[in-house]
Parts: sequence; structure tokens; C-alpha cells
Amino acid sequence: MSLSKADVEKVASLARLKLTDEELATMTRQLDQVLQYVQQLEGLDTSSVEPMAHTADLANVFADDVLRPSLPRDAALANAAKRDDECYLVPAVLGD
Amino acid sequence: MTNTAYETIIGLEVHVQLQTETKLFCRCSTSFGAAPNTQTCPVCIGLPGSLPVMNRHAYALGLKTAVALNCTIPEFTKWDRKQYFYPDLPKGYQISQFDLPMSEHGWLEISDPKGEFATKKVGITRAHLEDDAGKSMHDERAGKSDSRIDLNRTGTPLLEIVSDPDLRSPAEARAFLSELKLLLTYLGVSDCNMQEGSLRVDANINLHIPLDDRTAATPIVEIKNMNSFRAVERALQYEANRQFDAWQSNPVELGKPGGHKTTRGWDDQAQITRIQRQKEESSDYRYFPDPDLLPVTTTAAEVAAVRGQLGALPAALRVTLIEKYKIDEYDAHVLVNQGQPLVDYFEALAAACGDGKRASNWVQQDVLRLLNETETTIEQFPVSAAALGELLKAIVAGEVDNTRAKDVLQEMLDTNASAADAMAQLGIEKVDSSDLESLCRELLDANPAVVADLKQGKMKAVGALIGQAKKKNPNVNPGQIKSLCIELVQQLPS
Amino acid sequence: MSLLDASATQLLQQLAAAEITAVEVTQAYLDQITRHDATVRSFLSVPADEALAQAAAVDARRGRGERLGPLAGLPVAVKDNLCTTGWATSCGSRMLENFRSPYDATVIARLKAADAVLIGKTNLDEFAMGGSTENSAFFPTTNPWDASRTPGGSSGGSAACVAASMAPLSIGSDTGGSIRQPAGFCGVTGLKPTYGRVSRYGLVAFASSLDQVGPLARTAEDAALLLQTIAGHDPLDSTSAPVDLPDYVGTVREPLAGLRLGLVREHFGPGLDDEVEQAVRQAIREFESLGATVTEISLPHSQYAIATYYVIAPSEASSNLARYDGVHYGYRTDETEMLAELAAEKKQLQAAGDQAGLDDLDTPLMRLYRRSRSEAFGSEVKRRIMLGAYALSAGYKDAYYVKALKVRRLIRGDYDAAFQDVDLIVGPTAPTAAFGLGDMVDDPLAMYLQDLYTVSANLAGIAGMSIPCGMTAGGLPIGLHLQAPPFAEDRLLRAGHMFQQATDWHTRRPELTTASPSGTSQKQLP
Repeated sequence: MSLSKADVEKVASLARLKLTDEELATMTRQLDQVLQYVQQLEGLDTSSVEPMAHTADLANVFADDVLRPSLPRDAALANAAKRDDECYLVPAVLGD
Repeated sequence: MTNTAYETIIGLEVHVQLQTETKLFCRCSTSFGAAPNTQTCPVCIGLPGSLPVMNRHAYALGLKTAVALNCTIPEFTKWDRKQYFYPDLPKGYQISQFDLPMSEHGWLEISDPKGEFATKKVGITRAHLEDDAGKSMHDERAGKSDSRIDLNRTGTPLLEIVSDPDLRSPAEARAFLSELKLLLTYLGVSDCNMQEGSLRVDANINLHIPLDDRTAATPIVEIKNMNSFRAVERALQYEANRQFDAWQSNPVELGKPGGHKTTRGWDDQAQITRIQRQKEESSDYRYFPDPDLLPVTTTAAEVAAVRGQLGALPAALRVTLIEKYKIDEYDAHVLVNQGQPLVDYFEALAAACGDGKRASNWVQQDVLRLLNETETTIEQFPVSAAALGELLKAIVAGEVDNTRAKDVLQEMLDTNASAADAMAQLGIEKVDSSDLESLCRELLDANPAVVADLKQGKMKAVGALIGQAKKKNPNVNPGQIKSLCIELVQQLPS
Repeated sequence: MSLLDASATQLLQQLAAAEITAVEVTQAYLDQITRHDATVRSFLSVPADEALAQAAAVDARRGRGERLGPLAGLPVAVKDNLCTTGWATSCGSRMLENFRSPYDATVIARLKAADAVLIGKTNLDEFAMGGSTENSAFFPTTNPWDASRTPGGSSGGSAACVAASMAPLSIGSDTGGSIRQPAGFCGVTGLKPTYGRVSRYGLVAFASSLDQVGPLARTAEDAALLLQTIAGHDPLDSTSAPVDLPDYVGTVREPLAGLRLGLVREHFGPGLDDEVEQAVRQAIREFESLGATVTEISLPHSQYAIATYYVIAPSEASSNLARYDGVHYGYRTDETEMLAELAAEKKQLQAAGDQAGLDDLDTPLMRLYRRSRSEAFGSEVKRRIMLGAYALSAGYKDAYYVKALKVRRLIRGDYDAAFQDVDLIVGPTAPTAAFGLGDMVDDPLAMYLQDLYTVSANLAGIAGMSIPCGMTAGGLPIGLHLQAPPFAEDRLLRAGHMFQQATDWHTRRPELTTASPSGTSQKQLP
């Protein structure tokens, strides 16, 4: 399969990126090249292999339900680009 | 109110906040109502480099609920990232469970003592854990175009419980939610407070419409924004009607062109549902296993241990009450639906007075009324089951009649007295049997017409004597007057 | 021996004996940074005053006879993707240029508890994505051996500063070779620990199932010193291994008797530079002369490692980098411009009567995300986010992501089988010595293929180390790659030390040019 510009545009939207026409063309070519390379995996029979998401053979790692101090609000909000005294601010989430 | 023109198919998705001290993946408080952004840390803000660590208690509460919902508990479960962008989701993904949830294939039985629908087992597709999002607040005031984001709730543990599409009416849906809430309350896993958002419901609904040769299905609608069980019932009723109307004017089938699933919001003011537009790509959540979290394994022995410690749950408790105390199904529903503390009170009362039916009536008619009037809970009720039991025993022994006993209970409440003291304070004494007999003879002598009626078998006539008896002595037991008068008349020569 | 030539181990001994002070050591390294970092450009920030204050505090405590930590007074440079309270933690990205962490990474906390002197934050490829440090949003680092070449990456700053004697020790992170390859290019010792050996808490994530923090140093002995401090279980990292910590420092000098080395057949194929191959084969003969036996082994799935890696790493990265959206921290686009742009687009669509276009037009929030991310991420980061989002998207996930996870298991299986017969696997760290700046910036696939020998260790979660084993005719260092089974870092360190006792490659130092400090645009964050 070969990657189209439309595919790349759709993924850009999904990933919340906005590419210029030039970037889109370059990206399409480069991603296609990498995906072509990756397609060598198709030739490998993995029908009896379980996926390996973790290399560590660990399970059941828990912490106790015991309170720890939270950040002071000013420290929590300190890095926000836009805030008021209490909250992070963003353009309206409702409507258009 | 079943409409035979179609069958209503309903499935529910319920999100329940679990009652933990701390969040699912960090140790910030989950308490409701704190000032915005005072209960956050690098983990729940999703700061660079921060990592989640699973709350042991949250998992235990989820497991307990899943077992109580008769779910299968797989030996292996894992965490997946559900990815979407939203300002109240600071990591850019929710930590949830996708293809290997912690539980699946359970059921919850619903029944209606009034018989509006038949008792049925509603399938539970799955119940899985996930972390909650924060809150976006939008203020429409002029000049305030920004939304404000509060991340206090971000990371609160949620159990998402998904039902099979087994519900066939809005009433059944409401009954399911009530029974589920009751179960969760008995388990002590959630406070189920809908106003505070600790229980949230989305509903999926469509109609199956019989045609000549087959059945057609209308497109599925997911309804959101319902903030009470009553709203759920009304929204579903509205939506069933709307879908049927839509079908009649333009029959579009599920899966056919124009027949894709849509989302509608319930407008409680207008009492209608409104379409919510969503971009197609927003549903591509790109789930994948969260590499920051390890799987959880549960053995059959651990599940058995959890099952063994569940305690009495509502459905089984109703059966127990019916069998043990000889009360009817309706009474068992009323008692059990009030919660475990009231059932405990009832059982103590029944044991104290030795009469389950009488205890049930007193709890339902008097105790619940008084709790309601005083806006208190059974735990706060000042008259203990033992104390009330003494009063009921006095009724059984004929020391006080049922009506007077209500005054005694009020006196007990008002003065914190025992049943005996309260009766004494009200001047209630047991009337000596010889005094009772002479009083009856006196009344019969003074009322020859009543005697004549009684001789002819008109037993109701005795009622006229009871009022007179009470005037002469307020402590007399009307039942005893009644039976003794009849007995004396029958002894008279005919 | 000057302070700059001494090993960290020697410096510690002199500090402990009060022959030198922490302030003297710190000042010597700060002076070296002032002299040479205008050319090398290994640091993004050097909070000199704080470093000197830390050093002075250590000296004062030593003067009072207080008990001090195991790295007391020793300067350590840290890659700028480890969160450091109050300091910049930029990850080499515009996105986090102004970010100040309110917390310390566990590794940083351990260094502080060990009384190390944090001397600065080192340059890296943006979010550790790259193999040349050219993807830093701020400036590329140069190779101390040849300023026209890259130091490798992504821990290029950490490797270069040790090579240029601007720090005796440094911390890097390795997701596909990002400690080992720059260590090889710069002629220093760099160790990627077993996955789970060192806490990731506070390491800004690139690919969470592959990332590990590790030490860079002049010698294996020095690397042992640093690993001893940073390794160990951390309850804040669920993937941290509850495995006992060996005494690396106490055992590193013990030679390995009867060492069995495995030479990977597949690693000596096409693409391997002749000079590199010769140096590696000579190093293996050196090991043989030290008593090791060498057998040829096969890692049959190693040919799939790059393809597997470039699905898994970008997939995780696309998710890990979703949090950079301009809302809670990090770069946000100019909102006034953004709203004007949207208004103009809306007007245009309305004029054209394009209803579909109007329906599809971004909401202000959507556009805020898209502009913030597009303006603040560099091209390599965008490329990997795109690649990952694609590999996880509906319809492609099974063919790419799930497939890669399966091959990953096969790659791990190859190692498990190989380590039945050998103690360590030996080969080249990279196919070539350091390449030139700009050589591969337009060819991402060629750049990715540079990771050929290193990515497998990350996919399998095992330990690996690069040590200097030769020089090219052009005067560039060559790295020898040693790989060990999980949690056998002690074996790697002992083998490295054994080799370094018999060779002097690790003692070579580049001749640095001295640039005038005024002629630099060195970024000095407060």
C-alpha cells in the first residue's frame, strides 16, 4: 500500500498537527518511505506469537490508598500559558 | 404502557466513582467540592516525566463490584490508553481498559413488585476501571469567552458498567439503575451521588419494528446529559416516541445509509433530546496498552475470597426476609430498598418482638414516616430496635392497642423514655380482666339494641360499644372489648 | 594529574582525603565549559552559581565532619529531559523552552541525595528523537574530536561534555541507542541499563516501554560509580524492577574468568564500515588474550529490529506527546493571530459557498492545539508523531503496531536463546564512526538505519554498553558494543574495566579548539 496526501492530512488532524502544503508533501514522501521499509515485517510468520508490550515480567504493582500532599495551586498553574487565579483558561469548549 | 407497534431496545452505560481516599493513579484526594486545582500533582496534571501507579483499594472495589454483578473475572487484565484531545484530559489520553477488561459477562436481576414487568436477568457486558477527566466550566457572561479548567476530579477512579441491550422499556431501565445503585450502596463501593457526578448514565436506545416479513431496527441513539433516574426514564420515553415518529415519516434502518449511530443530549428544561454533532475521526481512539502500567492478575481463589466476603446483597436479602419473617415481596422490596442499616433495624425489631409482619408494618408505616418528618437516617433514630421491640411486645400482650402505641412511640421519641415509662407517662395501664368484664356487662346492659343485633349475627354492631368503652377507660384494648362483648352475648340465653 | 584528567573515582578519593575541594573541582570544570563549550555546545544551561553553591555546601559539611553521600562534591551533567525542580527542563524543544518542573526526577533526587554537584543540563535531539543532536530546537552539539561531525545522539550533549572534560560524569537516556551511540562517537563509556533498573520517574517520556536512564563516563569504573547511585527500585515507577542492587563499585575491578563472548553473525554484514570492523575484531582478540572464549552466534530476527523499533517507538511517542497541547503548560500559539486566521478562513469559505469546508473548519480550541503543536515541535518530532498515530489508527493497528509487538517477542527470544551459551554479546556500537553534521538531516530512513546494532537491546529490555575500542585513521573514536542479559550490568562493567585495564583507548582525549567566549550564542538559562 502507498500513503496518500489525504491519509497524511487525516492523521495530522488526528494528531492535532497542522502541516503546510510543503510539509505535507515532504511528510507524505518520508512516511511512505519508512512504511515501505517497515512492511518487511509482513513477511514474518507471527501467527503463534503473543504481542509483547512490556519486557518486564511483572504484574500487580499497586500503591496503598493513602493521601500524599498535592501541589499548591500556584505551583500547579505556574506553567500555564493562560490562567486566572484558580483555573487554566482555554478558548471556549462549547459550540463553535 | 407497552406499545405493540414496536419493541424498545435499551442498553445502559453507567460510570460510578469508587469511594477511595486517593485517585486511581496518584495519591491526590478524591473529595468533592474543594477549591479548583487544589487537588492535583504532576501525575494527574500529566506533567512531563510523571508516571501512574495503580491504587490497590480502587482495584479491590472494582473487583468486589464485578463479583457482585456475577461477572467472570479473567486471570489477566491490563491498562490501555484511550486517546483524544480535550482540555480536561491533560495527558491527551484516558487510562482505561479496552480488549481485556477486568470483568465481563455478568448479570443483575430486576423485578417489580407491582408487576409492571416480569422479573428478568439483565446481562452485564463488562465492568472496567478507568480514570475520570477534569471539569470544563464555561461562563457565558459577556467578555468571558474562555472556558476554565479544573483538574481536581482528573484521575478519580471510575468503574464503567455496561449492560447488554436487554432492557425493553424505560421503566425497566429505571429499575435497573435503582437496583444497581442499591447494590453499589450495599457494597459500599460508591456513594452514587448523581448531583455530585459520582454516578453518571448514558443510554443506548433503538426500536425493533415488526414488518410483514421481518423486523426492522431503527438507528441507535446514545443519550447523554441525564442527571437523575427520572430524567433517564423520561429521555428514553421521549426518544422511543421520537424514533417511532421518525420511522413513520421516513423509515431509515440501522446500518443502512443515514442509519449510523448518533449522539443526542437530554434537555431537562425542554424535556427533549437534541442531536450532538461529532467529527467522524474523534472516535478513532487509537487504543494501545499503556506502557507505564503493568497487568493485573487475579486467581480463582482470590475471586472466591472476594465472593465469600460480599455479605448480604439486596436480591438475596429480599428472599431471606420473605422466608424468615413471613413478609410479602412488596414489603421486602420496601425494606431492602431503604438500605442495609434499615434492614438491620428491622431484623433486630422482628427478633425483639417475635412478629416479623408487625415489625415490618411498624418500620414501614411509623419508623419511615418519622425519619422522613425529622429528615434523619435510621442510624440517627433515637429509638433503638430493642426499645421499639418492647412496645410491640406490649401490643402483642394486649397491654396497649395499636393506635395508642403510636402515641407511645411519639412519647418515646419526645422524652427518650423506654416503652414502659412512656406508657406510664401517658397513663396507659393494663386493665384488669375482671374490670374489663364488668365494663362490658355494663355496656351491654345499657345498649339492648346492640345486643339484639349481635344475637342476629350482625357483629359490626359491636363497634358502637368501643367508643363508649374508651370514654369510660382510655386504657382498654378495643380488640379485647370487641371479643369479650361478643362472647358475653353468645353466653346469653337466646 | 590535573583535575580535568582525573577519573571520577580518583576525584572522589582526593575529595574524601581533603586534598582538593568540591569548589575547586567544580570551578575547574566550569572553566573548561567556559573555554570550550562555545565550540562543542554540549550544554543547554549551566547554572554555575548554583553548582558552586552546592559544591561549597559539600565542602562546608565535610569541614564539619558530617556524613556525606557517595558522590559528594563530584560534578555531574544531566541530559535536559530529566525534570529538575526550578531549572529549565526543555527536552531540546521549543515546546518546553519555558517549562519549569515543580518536581525532581527520581534520578535527580538520588544524585542530590548522594551530594553530587549538578553542573548543567545537556543538549539532546528534541524529546530524545534522533541520533545526532541536530534535532535540538536550540543548536546542534558538535563532536569534540571533529567539530564538523555530530557527537551522535540523542544524548549528544552528555557524551560530548564528558569527552571534552567538561564534566567527569553525565546522565543520558537511551531509547534505541541514545546513550551507547554517542558514547561510541565521542570515545566515552556509556551504559544502557536493563529496562526497569533505573527509575523513569521524571524522565520526560519518548517511548515508555523502551526508555532507560543511564551513566556516561570516561571509564567503566566511573560508570559503575554513577549507576550505583541512580539504579534501584522506585515505587513511583510501576515498571521499576524490584530486583536487588548489586555492589557495582565493589565488584567492577574483579576480572571475569572464563568469559564467554558471543559474536553476532548478522552484525558483521553489509553496511559495516571497514575501519570499525577491524577495530571491533581487534578488541575481540584483546578479550581473547584476556582469557575470554568467542563463539559466533545468531540473532535471526535482528534484521527486523529497525522496522520493529520504528513502529513501536513512534506509536508510544505519538501518545506520550499528546499532552503537549498548550493548555496546562508548554508553548501556546498566539491566540489573537489564531482567531484572526480562523475568521479569515471562515470568510473565504462563506464567500465560496463551501458548506462542507465550513463544517470541517477547526473550532478555536482545535486550531489552538494544531497551531501550538505545529509551531513548537520540530520536523523529526512531527514525523514520529505522525508515524505513530498512523500505526495505531483504525485499520492499521494490527498490521503495524500489533505486528511489531509480536516481532519484539521474537527478538527477545533470540537473546534468551543466545544467553544460554554466552555471557555477553559483542559487536560494533554503530556501523560507522561519527558522521558529518547535516549528512543525514534530509534522509530520515538512513538516520534510522544507524541504530541497527543498538535498538534490539531496548526492544528486548536487556542491558548494553559502549566502550572505546579504537580510532579511525581520521582520528575518530570507535565504539565496542557489549550486551548482557537482564540485570547483568555488573558483568558489563567488569568486562569493560577488564578491557580498559589492558587498553588505553578510553584515556585518549580530543584536542579542543578554544573559541572566544564572546563569539558564541550559548544559551544560558537562568
